[in-house]
Amino acid sequence: MAATSRSAFRLAVGAALFCHAVVRAGVLPEDRADALYHSYEGGGVEITGPSLMVLKNVGQNASVNGNYYVDSISSASIDVITSGASPYSEKRTEVTGGLDYMHGNSIMSLSYTNSSEDDYKANTAGFGISMDMFGNMTTVSMGYSRGWDTVLNNLDSSFSQDVDRQNYKLGLTQVITKDMLLELDYEGITDEGFLNNPYRSVRYLDPGGTSYSYQAEVYPNTRTSSAVAIRSLYYLPYRAAVSGEYRFFTDTWGIDAHTVKLAYAHPLKGGWLLEGNYRYYTQNSADFYNDLFPYKDAQNFLARDKELSTFSSNSIEVKVSYDFLENGWHSIDRGTVTLAWDHILFDYDDFRDLRFVAPIPGEEPLYSLSADVVQLFVSVWF
Amino acid sequence: MCLRTCCLLLLTLSLMGCSSIEPWVKPYERAHLADPIMNFDRDPVSGAYVTHVYQAREAARGAEGGHGGGCGCN
Repeated sequence: MAATSRSAFRLAVGAALFCHAVVRAGVLPEDRADALYHSYEGGGVEITGPSLMVLKNVGQNASVNGNYYVDSISSASIDVITSGASPYSEKRTEVTGGLDYMHGNSIMSLSYTNSSEDDYKANTAGFGISMDMFGNMTTVSMGYSRGWDTVLNNLDSSFSQDVDRQNYKLGLTQVITKDMLLELDYEGITDEGFLNNPYRSVRYLDPGGTSYSYQAEVYPNTRTSSAVAIRSLYYLPYRAAVSGEYRFFTDTWGIDAHTVKLAYAHPLKGGWLLEGNYRYYTQNSADFYNDLFPYKDAQNFLARDKELSTFSSNSIEVKVSYDFLENGWHSIDRGTVTLAWDHILFDYDDFRDLRFVAPIPGEEPLYSLSADVVQLFVSVWF
Repeated sequence: MCLRTCCLLLLTLSLMGCSSIEPWVKPYERAHLADPIMNFDRDPVSGAYVTHVYQAREAARGAEGGHGGGCGCN
């Protein structure tokens, strides 16, 4: 898996922690347990595994949470195939523990995550606080997390490099009307250390221009990014909800990205809930990205990671939930089972498919992939 | 002109700080907001997983939401 993918995973962990930690200021999260099975299949990559989470109140003012997550990866991606490497399998395990403490209209949260795989170790510690104010019309939240990663290389046992990460989050949720909520989000992230992938190469034209060769990619050792998002949720008169979201992202590598998402939730009789959403994403490439460099060592930083290229993605999600314990059972208040399916299309504008040979390098067809993501999970409140 | 505008803005903010803001949606009007479908992050485990799926394949990261709040239903 690409280093950027790995680092992104750590960031996803941070996001998850904050999700758990500050559900609603002034109200501790409900006692809840979730067991989820996830499956991703696309572009020659299959990733499956469980995610188990428990949230439990301890006394009147505290709540603890834990999450166990596994990615079992089987990869024959275009990067693996075109580099001549053999398809590989690996497993990543992540464990998170957290504590929420309520004081008045505020909730403070602490969390710690450890993620481990053969060639990447990560530890993340996070702190967050959220406060209700103005008659509980406004919720303000802040968060900070710090991560310490170690990048290893399965082909070189002496290779070991560090990455330090810091996340800063600010959020505001506002009641607009009795039917409408508005949310504003900011997140700044800084990374410092070995940010590229020890296995990945870039390609460059050989003298004569009729063939190409490879050299190792070289990334800057710092990256700072900012993302701002606005999202709104609206209650429709016939008991349904519609939501919209826009996010802008920019970083010091020259990447700007835009995300738009529209969603709809429709409860049905008998405890059923139908949901659907459409998501569009687009980004331009990093300053130092090139599908084909003109010659060896063409510039000081070199990347040919498709996640840093210019591309767009379109996705749809369909989700069905059934409340199988609407009236509770023994100590369980409620239980739901949910099946979700996402279909994602990625279209790359300057990343070429090297499984095809072109007479002149740089004229191979552009790469695209489609992916299917399935989630099946059971949630119980107790 | 700019200084005058800034002074006026500061004065206005100071006065706002002295007065309490009346909630324009009363607690008894929040039945719709308290409905489970009015939650930005109804399924946190699923939400965290989907965030991971996209972060692993896109350069953008952060501000995915999920900090909750809004209803004030305590």
